[in-house]
Amino acid sequence: MGIGLTTLLLLAALAPLGFLAYRLGRGKALGAMATGISMHSRPQQYGWYSVVWMGLPALGVAIAAAVLSVVGLISPSRELVLIVSIAVALMGLAHGLRAIRPEVRARNALDNVIRLLLLSAALISIMTTVAIVFSILFEAMRFFREVSVWEFVTGTVWSPGDTFLEAAGRGDEVGEGTSFFGSVPLFAGTFMVTAIAMATALPIGLLSAIFMSEYATRRQRGLAKPILEILAGIPTVVYGFFAAITVTPIIVDIATFFGLDASYSNILSPGIVMGIMIIPFISSLSDDVINSIPQSLREGAYALGTTHSETIRQVILPAALPGVISAFLLGVSRALGETMIVVMAAGVRPNLTWNPLEDMTTVTVNIVYSLTGDLAFDSPQTLSAFALGLVLFIVTLSLNLVSTYLVRRFKQKYD
Amino acid sequence: MQRRLTGSASDPRIRARYRRETRFKAYTVTALFVAFAIIVAFFADIISQGYTAFWRTEIQVTLDYNERAERIGRFAINEDLREIVSRGAVRGIPLEIRNNPELAGTTHERWVPVYSRIDQYFKGKEALPPELEQQVLQLKEAGVIRSTFNWAFFTAGDSKLPELAGIFSAAVGSIFVLFVTLMFAFPIGVLSAIYLEEFAPDNKLTQAIEVNINNLAAVPSIIFGLLGLAVFINTFGVPRSSALVGGLTLGLMTLPIIIISTRAALRAVPDPIRLGAFAMGCSRWQVVRDHVLPLSLPGILTGTIIGLAQAMGETAPLIIVGMIAYIPEAPSSIFESATVLPAQVFTWASEPRKAFMEKTAAGIIVLLAILLTLNATAVLLRRKFERRW
Repeated sequence: MGIGLTTLLLLAALAPLGFLAYRLGRGKALGAMATGISMHSRPQQYGWYSVVWMGLPALGVAIAAAVLSVVGLISPSRELVLIVSIAVALMGLAHGLRAIRPEVRARNALDNVIRLLLLSAALISIMTTVAIVFSILFEAMRFFREVSVWEFVTGTVWSPGDTFLEAAGRGDEVGEGTSFFGSVPLFAGTFMVTAIAMATALPIGLLSAIFMSEYATRRQRGLAKPILEILAGIPTVVYGFFAAITVTPIIVDIATFFGLDASYSNILSPGIVMGIMIIPFISSLSDDVINSIPQSLREGAYALGTTHSETIRQVILPAALPGVISAFLLGVSRALGETMIVVMAAGVRPNLTWNPLEDMTTVTVNIVYSLTGDLAFDSPQTLSAFALGLVLFIVTLSLNLVSTYLVRRFKQKYD
Repeated sequence: MQRRLTGSASDPRIRARYRRETRFKAYTVTALFVAFAIIVAFFADIISQGYTAFWRTEIQVTLDYNERAERIGRFAINEDLREIVSRGAVRGIPLEIRNNPELAGTTHERWVPVYSRIDQYFKGKEALPPELEQQVLQLKEAGVIRSTFNWAFFTAGDSKLPELAGIFSAAVGSIFVLFVTLMFAFPIGVLSAIYLEEFAPDNKLTQAIEVNINNLAAVPSIIFGLLGLAVFINTFGVPRSSALVGGLTLGLMTLPIIIISTRAALRAVPDPIRLGAFAMGCSRWQVVRDHVLPLSLPGILTGTIIGLAQAMGETAPLIIVGMIAYIPEAPSSIFESATVLPAQVFTWASEPRKAFMEKTAAGIIVLLAILLTLNATAVLLRRKFERRW
């Protein structure tokens, strides 16, 4: 019996029982009320009260059994779990019905059960974070058992290629220590592409935001904002195609025109396209921030005789700076973690260079490539994806925290 | 330095300031127009590359179900047309005869797709060797070659032959994945939001949950792929490449979006409504269920649609959990290997053959059309039900 079937059978058994419990519970309460006894709660609430007594312990038993078998402590047969759960459900039903008395506060009990249910839903998000941290940390630890942290952080050669031969059972063809896991070239690529993206997105996004919040009429603003936000709704795989098929050849042509040598997987093209993707993040966040600056600051500046642009540059922007920085950091965090654009348009060769016309590879590209091959799951190359993911997670998390902190400080100042 | 407090328009310093004013405004307008120009160029580029894939070239042939065709379908067509007719179009003939033996020995006139290179030739994208070019031009002249709407693009699954490849199986995969995502993220997201907004006391745990949700919303999507791989596939044994694992992974990613937008919708319901309900003796849950939730439902749905649209365009985490397999047949359950529209676009984009390029762009057009519709629906929904209290 599969897990799916067991779950289905359990639910199939509990559903009619639940219906029965509701009818019986409500019936008992109604019967009592008909004889003139005043009950604490509404009859339906007694109905639900007996449903909870029926269902909750039974589900608890089933979930506990599932957790125990996943953890590997005991593995009871699924038939046994099913039978025990249904028995518990029947016992719970009997108890619940017997417990219905005028002084029982079914309504309050129900509210508490619901509160617990809601709380456990809210805890799932915490569990997700914990799962991210632990799963990635665990696999990354396995990687660092084979490759020293020092080599990973400071090494400038990334060539995991030979582990492929090992995975194919041809490890003896490889000399000792021929695979290198120095991540510096990957992070260099990631920072290069991020820098290009931000150099594209920041001026366009910020100036657009200034236009929309300071110069535009209400109608222009209502038109421009949604159009800009179209850019945020375009899937990254589409940007990747655009970068690889359209932007890269243009850049190569322009470079050739100026007598420069550009690679067909140059890092400039994914950088620019990534910048286009980030424009709406910068513009809408900056727009919000500029809008929330009190009008009195503007009026004070006008009273001193400044022009509109002088007000913007010398009063508004300095006041909005924390918010703009926070938007910038969020943009950086998006660019660092962006995957499809670089997978499709950037190179795969680790390359340490300052020239954006050369091909470079990034952290995310390597995560994708080391997890899509036919490698064994415990080969160092596969595990390296988790080590890279760990660093990526830590960096983006810190950027987000700083950014949230700045926004909160800003809001406190002006709200 | 002496400062002038007043000045006339003829004062050169005032004029310089005004010039700077105009210049600054021009910069901001330019930035916005650059952004618009990029959007226009982007859509023009994708559409011009992809629209041809919605048409395909077909040829009228006489299919002769002779003895040799019972074994190899290609023998059903005239020898000099074998270079022109798509291999895939006649592949099914032996099976057809086996299923229906009466067909043997009969002949049929039928329109079938041509080879992708000839299709590309008629679309002006590829050149043909002179003899072949001569031959197809004569056939075109004779009226046995036509160009029709490519329905197969919407009804066929992926194929190694570009002229037969379609988006159907990827679309079905996308629907399955989104179904799982919705089933997972919507209830949990709404319940979490209700807890945080209506029930939670202001303590350390609540604050931790809040900070955590905001951070989850900004974690790069590829990290969720690593999580899905390590937890769902390696620990819980969910089948790799299946819609189930993809949907759960995207569900975790969509969860914070749904929570954040649901909280905003709940917060928009003014307090007097809650207080009124409490005054009538409602329990907290009754207040939420009967008063707050119905009023905030449009906002919640809007947020959910936006979250789903985002999940639908996501590729990176799905690649990590193996959803880029070659899937010619649509999956029939969430446990089977599947692919999704953006992943199909990615697979086609990495095909070296040129004929796949228009397929890629056409897949993108379909994807963008769906996403824009979803987002427009969300905006309309919000506008229609938006209430000012």
